[in-house]
Amino acid sequence: MSDGMTEVQKTAEELHGCPVIVSLGQRVLLVGREQYVSVMKALLDDTFDLCVDLTAVDYLLMPNRVVGADIKPERFEVVVSVMSMQKHERLRLRVQVPADDATIDTLFDVHPGTEALEREVFDMFGIVFNGHPDPTRILMPEDWDGHPLRKDYDFGRIPVQFKGSPA
Amino acid sequence: MTVVDDRFAAANTDEGPQELRSRSQLTAKEVLREVGAVLRMSESQAAALADIKHDAGEDQTMIINMGPQHPSTHGVLRLMLELQGETVLRCKPIIGYLHTGMEKTGEQLTYMQGGTNVTRMDYASPLINELVFSLAVEKLLGIDGDIPERAVWMRMLLSELNRMSSHLLFMASNGMDLGAVSMMLYGWREREEVLRFFQKVTGLRMNHNFIRPGGLAADLPAGWRDDVLDILEKIEPRLDEYDVLMTGQPIWRERLQGVGVITADEAIALGATGPILRSTGVAWDLRRDMPYLKYAELDFDVVVGSYGDAFDRYAIRLNEIRESMRIVHQIVDRMPSGDYRIQDKKVTPPPRARIDESMEALIHHFKIFTEGFKVPEGEVYVGIESPRGEIGCYIVSDGSAKPYRMRIRPPSFINLQTLPHMMRGGLVADAVAVISSVDPVLGEVDR
Repeated sequence: MSDGMTEVQKTAEELHGCPVIVSLGQRVLLVGREQYVSVMKALLDDTFDLCVDLTAVDYLLMPNRVVGADIKPERFEVVVSVMSMQKHERLRLRVQVPADDATIDTLFDVHPGTEALEREVFDMFGIVFNGHPDPTRILMPEDWDGHPLRKDYDFGRIPVQFKGSPA
Repeated sequence: MTVVDDRFAAANTDEGPQELRSRSQLTAKEVLREVGAVLRMSESQAAALADIKHDAGEDQTMIINMGPQHPSTHGVLRLMLELQGETVLRCKPIIGYLHTGMEKTGEQLTYMQGGTNVTRMDYASPLINELVFSLAVEKLLGIDGDIPERAVWMRMLLSELNRMSSHLLFMASNGMDLGAVSMMLYGWREREEVLRFFQKVTGLRMNHNFIRPGGLAADLPAGWRDDVLDILEKIEPRLDEYDVLMTGQPIWRERLQGVGVITADEAIALGATGPILRSTGVAWDLRRDMPYLKYAELDFDVVVGSYGDAFDRYAIRLNEIRESMRIVHQIVDRMPSGDYRIQDKKVTPPPRARIDESMEALIHHFKIFTEGFKVPEGEVYVGIESPRGEIGCYIVSDGSAKPYRMRIRPPSFINLQTLPHMMRGGLVADAVAVISSVDPVLGEVDR
């Protein structure tokens, strides 16, 4: 059991102008919202050609968390995992998305495989992906209210909503 | 419909229909996207797309629903197909019918209980779901290097047997979807052999919650070695029967070869993993390329195809059963003795016998099952090879006994995106073969 494990260890490393931190032995790139798509394009050229996962976290209940590398924490965080099959390497990107402007550019043009994943993040967190070709819900019914994985979405208190049922 | 809470009124999201829209509602660019022109294609590939009619007039096409209640859709997958005669022009999978908010549920369960939740996602390979969750929790706890040898080898034994049972289920359903109904009986029969062993080891045929953070729930029962060897001995000749019944049979080959073709570039662009990616000739298997557990010490081959069609995906899965059997043979030979779980008071409940004689053990037992154990703050992603591709687990911990966020990267959910590209330009009858060859588990797609 390792004691006093810090969440993040600072490293001096940088990749495409963004700081890299190491979280439990895994490399994490902290990207700003503006550079996000261009960094992903640069990574694609670095053979990170498989976008493994795209998800989000709602940090509403952890406002004082430390992101690392002096990045200001915001309510939402979009987490993207990419993999280089050539170098046998994984890399994770974490992008801070503020609550009052929960939007981010779509990755669709770089990785078409994120189409369903971005729809899922929109469905579950309400983060809007600018330029997404099909910005609809994917798991919940299209007339559902709210975004279930947000931390202020009550757990277990929502009556079942049936589509088209009389109010 | 009632608005549940005023807070959500602002977030009221009617973002339009999820269904496939008719051509008159779409721009030319949107139509091109739906037929797949957006993938990272070379110019010649993009030019080949022009051969497929996507300017068909509205009066010649028809949009029909396939599913959600259709026997070949493996549960509740609904496909909207745009047809021109028998040809599929566009396709859109519509999912969510089985969504039960399992990722939200995961935030309410302790790390101790989390296994019961994740095991129900991909119900055809429950042990692999438990494994990826346990590996992620162990990494957060910092005990991933201290798991006893026997526990590691037992985990490998169970995951390979689970890979076999999952692929045997595919053999059964794939046969049934394509009209080889007797194959369904044979596939289920062989899978039953493996499930019977799981029942003996874990007490349950599915949803075991057997692989837990820190190790496993129990040791292997007496006589397990004979049981495993017995299964291998039984299944080996039956796989050869499958070859006679299907692989070499002209009708079967005609039905699958050249159907649902996808290229390596398309598969990678769409994030597809597992047998779909391997069918295109990309030899990518996390067991070999990014080894976890002790897979680096085992001798096995990664099976790849060359055409990226439904037949390759069938053949890959059939041969992966053989490879898994090879691995199981090696594991049976090398299974070390020792403990089946880590002896760390923080995560391991005390042995049952101690509870009768020690008050402290009773309290410890009670606390660990009611409150769970606290996990240090941090975030981690672990990805392993499931029968369907890369299954990943991303956990964010806030230092409490429950995950702050628990995300499973579902391979089926992402692989499903390849459907429209595989079906484009094919026949409706082939749509069934294509769905079947993707082998989606809807419990995992919708979570």
